[in-house]
Amino acid sequence: MLLEVTLSGVTLGGMYALVAMGLTLQYGVARIMNLSYGELLIAAAFAAFWFYSGLALNPLLGLIVVPPLAFAASYAIYRYLLQPLVRRAKSRDQLEVDSILATFGLLFVIQGVMLALFGGAYYSYSFLSVPLQFAGATVAANRLLALVLAVVIGLGLYLGLTRTRLGTAVRAVAVDPVAAQLVAIDVRTASALAFALGGALVAAAGVLVSMFLTFNANLGVVFTLKALIVVIMGGVGNLLGALIAGLILGLTENYVATFIDPGLTLAATYAIFLLVLLVRPQGLLGRANR
Amino acid sequence: MMTQDALRVLGVAAAIAGLACVPFLLGDYGLSLAINIVSYTVLATAWSLFSGPTRYVSLATVAFFGIGAYTTAVFAETLAWPLVLLIAAGIGILVAGIVGLSTLRLSGVYFVIFTLGLAELVRQLVTWYEVNKTRTLGRYVFTDITAAQIYWQLLILAVLVFAAGFLIGRSRLGLALRAIGDDETVARHSGIDATQAKVALFVLSTVFMTLTGAIMAPRWTYIDPAIAFNPVISFTVLIMALLGGVHRLYGPVMGVVPLALLFEFLLARFPNHFSIMVGLVFILIVYAIPRGIVGLVEQTVRRPA
Repeated sequence: MLLEVTLSGVTLGGMYALVAMGLTLQYGVARIMNLSYGELLIAAAFAAFWFYSGLALNPLLGLIVVPPLAFAASYAIYRYLLQPLVRRAKSRDQLEVDSILATFGLLFVIQGVMLALFGGAYYSYSFLSVPLQFAGATVAANRLLALVLAVVIGLGLYLGLTRTRLGTAVRAVAVDPVAAQLVAIDVRTASALAFALGGALVAAAGVLVSMFLTFNANLGVVFTLKALIVVIMGGVGNLLGALIAGLILGLTENYVATFIDPGLTLAATYAIFLLVLLVRPQGLLGRANR
Repeated sequence: MMTQDALRVLGVAAAIAGLACVPFLLGDYGLSLAINIVSYTVLATAWSLFSGPTRYVSLATVAFFGIGAYTTAVFAETLAWPLVLLIAAGIGILVAGIVGLSTLRLSGVYFVIFTLGLAELVRQLVTWYEVNKTRTLGRYVFTDITAAQIYWQLLILAVLVFAAGFLIGRSRLGLALRAIGDDETVARHSGIDATQAKVALFVLSTVFMTLTGAIMAPRWTYIDPAIAFNPVISFTVLIMALLGGVHRLYGPVMGVVPLALLFEFLLARFPNHFSIMVGLVFILIVYAIPRGIVGLVEQTVRRPA
């Protein structure tokens, strides 16, 4: 029992970590606090659902098609919706407030579109839901597959950011946008790229999540919130921190849901968040800089 | 000088008296629209009371509004009405105090994130309590409070929120808050206890939101967590305040009146696409009039000079 709950907690935590990695790219590099972030995850989940139920295709195919589309959409959002704000902003705080407001509006637009298309009902589909035996515990194959894919994507991102020239440039912008310009990094392109990459990541997570969770059009905010909490818990811009924080959050939620009450999972999330804010506001692995 | 002040006071008194007569002049539909406008005036003004000077965007209006509404639903039948309002205010102060003390010491982003989820958190806790302890999800609110009485209570609340804003603007607290909004580091160095000032103002602004919820609850007769904690309310308040302009006390009203009418029209015309429309209106405001109608007017007036 404990092992099973732990395993499904790790799966959920892996998803949270993946989602948070995308957000940490958007917030840490492009300096955009994107409140409509979770909506993209739900949109991708609906796309995967449509692939499977509407077109009778393998939802894993969605993993090839949806993230590039999300990349393009996020790039367009950054380029046409957010860059005017970046240019207008006099300071980083100003940009933060403006981007919060703009993406808060975007949240309602995307959510409204999804509500108009799919209604408020809960959706799920049954793909690879066969039980597997794993070290004496039973795990659904779709969860295990989702976890493996999340690990592959996360690892790929980590290597891409640490081992390539472009990845290094993106990280340099995260550290200091002004100094990055001095070493001939095109900050504007790097920011747009990071923002779009974040969108692609969350869309990939959405496809994976749709394989084993029920979802509806209103759920985006919850994912945005959890991603934000994970990002702050791990330390802004820190990928490893996001991984650890995501796992902590996923495990806690599953333990609370199983052993205490499923209605109290968000309360548990908030309790952890409060604890972090009180004890270590710079995050588990973050550096104090303000 | 003296006569000018006296005239002003007289004008305000006349305006309040005029507004108090509204229930006798309008029909049922007009009155419900008026209630809507006054309640959003209180909410938006209370919102900008805190968020205007400090520039901390609060997304939790409906958390407090819902707490107020639920307090009424729970106690309205057994307790005297003033007592219900008192309890609502007390709970609001308690929650705002906890939220404020834990997040307002830090930079603004933490506060935004915390408030983004606060309504959802309170909603889930109320749902959990109702399902497990009382075993009912919805509640009926039966009171003998009429629509006109609700309107008058809201009007009193509106007068109070403006009075509070006016007095704060001229107090040490108001000066401290403006300093914090301009540059918090500088403010701290000039001996302002920034956290204390922010928490005090946040608590004050949420008391008005909680009371609005408590007063509005009898309008619905039936409430459940999804109605009382509807995030669209937070969103609407935010748009209205921003459209009007948050750096003047009378700014939010300028946004409330046109948007309340527009939303009434949109809700009747496009009930299924309401949130898309509202989102687009909001984005338009953020881009086109970042300083609100008041800012726009001030800019145009100043330009020729």
